[in-house]
Amino acid sequence: MESVVARAGWWLVALFVAIVAYANAVDAGFAVHMVVFALAALAGLVIKLTGTNYKLATAGFGKLVPDQGKYDDDLVRWGVILTTFWGVVGFLAGLYIALQLAFPVLNLGFEYTTFGRLRPLHTSAVIFAFGGTALISTSFYIVQRTCRTRLALPGLAKFVFWGYQLFIVLAATGYLLGVTQGKEYAEPEWYVDLWLTLVWVAYLAVFVVTLIKRTEPHIYVANWFFLSFILTVAMLHLVNNVNIPVSIFGSRSYPLWAGVQGALVQWWYGHNAVGFFLTAGFLAMMYYFVPKQAERPVYSYRLSIVHFWSLIFLYIWAGPHHLHYTALPDWAQTLGMVFSVMLWMPSWGGMINGLMTLNGAWDKVRTDPIIRMMVISVAFYGMSTFEGPMMSIKSVNSLSHYTDWTIGHVHSGALGWNGMITFSAIYFLAPRLWGRSRMYSQRMINWHFWLATLGIVFYASAMWVAGIMQGLMWREYGADGYLVNSFAETVAALHPMYLLRAFGGVLYLTGGIIMAYNVWQTIAGNLRQEEPLYQPEYSADADRPLTAVPAE
Amino acid sequence: MANKRIDEPTGVETVGHEWDGIEELNNPLPRWWIITWVLTILFSIGYMVVYPAWPLISKGTEGIWGWTSRGQLANETKAAEAARATTLAALAATPIEQIPGDPKLLAAAKAGGKAAFLVNCVQCHGSGAAGSIGYPNLNDDDWLWGGNVKDIEFTLLHGIRQPGHDATRTSLMPSFGQDGLLTAAQISDVADHVLSLSGKAAANANGAAVFAANCVACHGTDGKGLRQFGAPNLADAIWLYGGKKEQVTASIHKARAGVMPAWGGKLDAVTIKMLAVYVHSLGGGEDFSEAPTTPAAADTGNAQP
Repeated sequence: MESVVARAGWWLVALFVAIVAYANAVDAGFAVHMVVFALAALAGLVIKLTGTNYKLATAGFGKLVPDQGKYDDDLVRWGVILTTFWGVVGFLAGLYIALQLAFPVLNLGFEYTTFGRLRPLHTSAVIFAFGGTALISTSFYIVQRTCRTRLALPGLAKFVFWGYQLFIVLAATGYLLGVTQGKEYAEPEWYVDLWLTLVWVAYLAVFVVTLIKRTEPHIYVANWFFLSFILTVAMLHLVNNVNIPVSIFGSRSYPLWAGVQGALVQWWYGHNAVGFFLTAGFLAMMYYFVPKQAERPVYSYRLSIVHFWSLIFLYIWAGPHHLHYTALPDWAQTLGMVFSVMLWMPSWGGMINGLMTLNGAWDKVRTDPIIRMMVISVAFYGMSTFEGPMMSIKSVNSLSHYTDWTIGHVHSGALGWNGMITFSAIYFLAPRLWGRSRMYSQRMINWHFWLATLGIVFYASAMWVAGIMQGLMWREYGADGYLVNSFAETVAALHPMYLLRAFGGVLYLTGGIIMAYNVWQTIAGNLRQEEPLYQPEYSADADRPLTAVPAE
Repeated sequence: MANKRIDEPTGVETVGHEWDGIEELNNPLPRWWIITWVLTILFSIGYMVVYPAWPLISKGTEGIWGWTSRGQLANETKAAEAARATTLAALAATPIEQIPGDPKLLAAAKAGGKAAFLVNCVQCHGSGAAGSIGYPNLNDDDWLWGGNVKDIEFTLLHGIRQPGHDATRTSLMPSFGQDGLLTAAQISDVADHVLSLSGKAAANANGAAVFAANCVACHGTDGKGLRQFGAPNLADAIWLYGGKKEQVTASIHKARAGVMPAWGGKLDAVTIKMLAVYVHSLGGGEDFSEAPTTPAAADTGNAQP
């Protein structure tokens, strides 16, 4: 009973603090965010008070002890639902801003719907909402199974999961309201950053304590990657967000790092967000789901050790390649480039281990659409981790920098690698978490596979052409040594490519919606009656005894 | 503890660990993978020796090639300037009115003028120099302040209604409606008269009278304008602020007074010369004739031949 009162008391304190901050707010964005905080605290309070079994509580039982013979999967189930939801939201936002680039009238003339505000909404929705929720929920699923133990600190795990969802809501509403510190992929303001810090430290605690209480003798490679992801993101987040608020009741703040130092810190953060959030974290997913779905051993233990340590050691240096030919000193640009080049093979170690794990099960590419998704995902991982080092070479970068080639590169990684591995994880998890024999429809998975793959092909090839054309037009000199094109002419030339890119986005979004429907029906317990995707060949002609044919 | 076994499909031994059914094979690192990695490392070491790479106490290592990005920019700029130097010197030495007669210089001036145009002029006049409402089309032969190369160069140097610049081209049409000089009915009549000059409206006697009393001083009795005041020709089909009745009415009610910056001092003399030649070459350029009244009488700043 005391614990119910104490927990409710904490929610009440949080509610009170949010209301006081709201009453003193010096700007509208901060006020709205304090209302969001207050609503979250109120929701927590209501759930605590209505969800308690008072009869048991007064009889002296603090709470019902969950079945220790099962893994703690409630949050993972929520995670599958929310990952699917945020994915569709993020793809939709992406499609809309792609159309805005082709048709500027879609900015609609409201400050809230301009490209400048919707673009971080899109990037954060796909990276942090879709990707982040997938990482947190799959890490909770995988760490329990590969440690053969239930999740440690279950209360804190709930805080991590729902606290992270609150972070997403705060970030997204902030972008629409214009609350931003103007750093790419680190837009949320100081108080949202502090909130995320709390959530992330709790995440680290849950993960590490679960590892410590494992019953397996060794720590599985997926967990090395998850741990490096959690630790490094904590470090990146803290260093890049050292900001001084203008008022503790206002949403503005100024960074401690200024000028080129600020730029270097920002891209050290930005690049390693790619390296540790989108690469290490998703490699952890790959290292569990690919061998499970293929039912094959991981290709090489030695390779996983060498590529893990070399990847995390080399990645952290590569950030300056985002600042080639800028005020950044030449020596720092050189280091950014060479560490990116040396990163190529360590990145490919993951691709080799992913693909070669299918040795002995390659026939499943033909029969299992989930395996097919995994293969294309790892293939795009390999493509992007070759393209990245190549683009970091200064002479290539002088053409590609600031062009849509960069956008194409990011999306072949994000749509191909991160998207596809997450989709396959969702298709792996949904039937298991809700106790179904399979997904509602295998054929819909196949449709999703083809729509997404075609979508990526349209997207990436349109952006390659757009980027290279843009770069060549910017640097085109006439016979007399003067630049040939005005900037507006290069923008006009991109229009057809922007249309093709948006078409790719339509395909990818359609695949996402099909997945959402498939997951929903699976949760509802339905199985679609459909022809199986693959059946062994049967020929009626051959199905008869051999008889002698009379000679002519 | 280790539970090693031979994996049947591949014939490779496992490491002996197992997590949730996942085992690991004991395959060696692929040879090509190690070789490629070593090659990238060797390339990187070589690159770091050759180029600036490592931070030291007061500055970074400089690399044995002595390359810097600022140095590369300076060298490329110097080379580009050297390649253009002779041409630019010839353009500077040649009087502007003689450039259109010299095919080689003309081509060079057009190229340089176009490049400068794309950077400095397209914001108002458009990439194709076709202008838009309020910004003149430079492709036609309708010139407010004169269309030979010297006139155009003067306009470029001193601008139009550039505040704080004495030599700028300037004139001011009264705001007939806003300042109460004409009634709304009179403005409507005179707008009809103006439109009738190009056959876009029926003749309007009242309007003609108002026009004769108020407008002819600048626009001329026939409405064909006067370049001395930058007064537009009202009898043709070209309208800087639109040729619909309400647009013309609005122009009479509250006068327009478009501004173009004076580029002298912002751009160097040769660039302005090239810009003038480029704009002149777009289609509507007029021949320069050595009239006896050359603009030596620059006291008004906008004297026209």
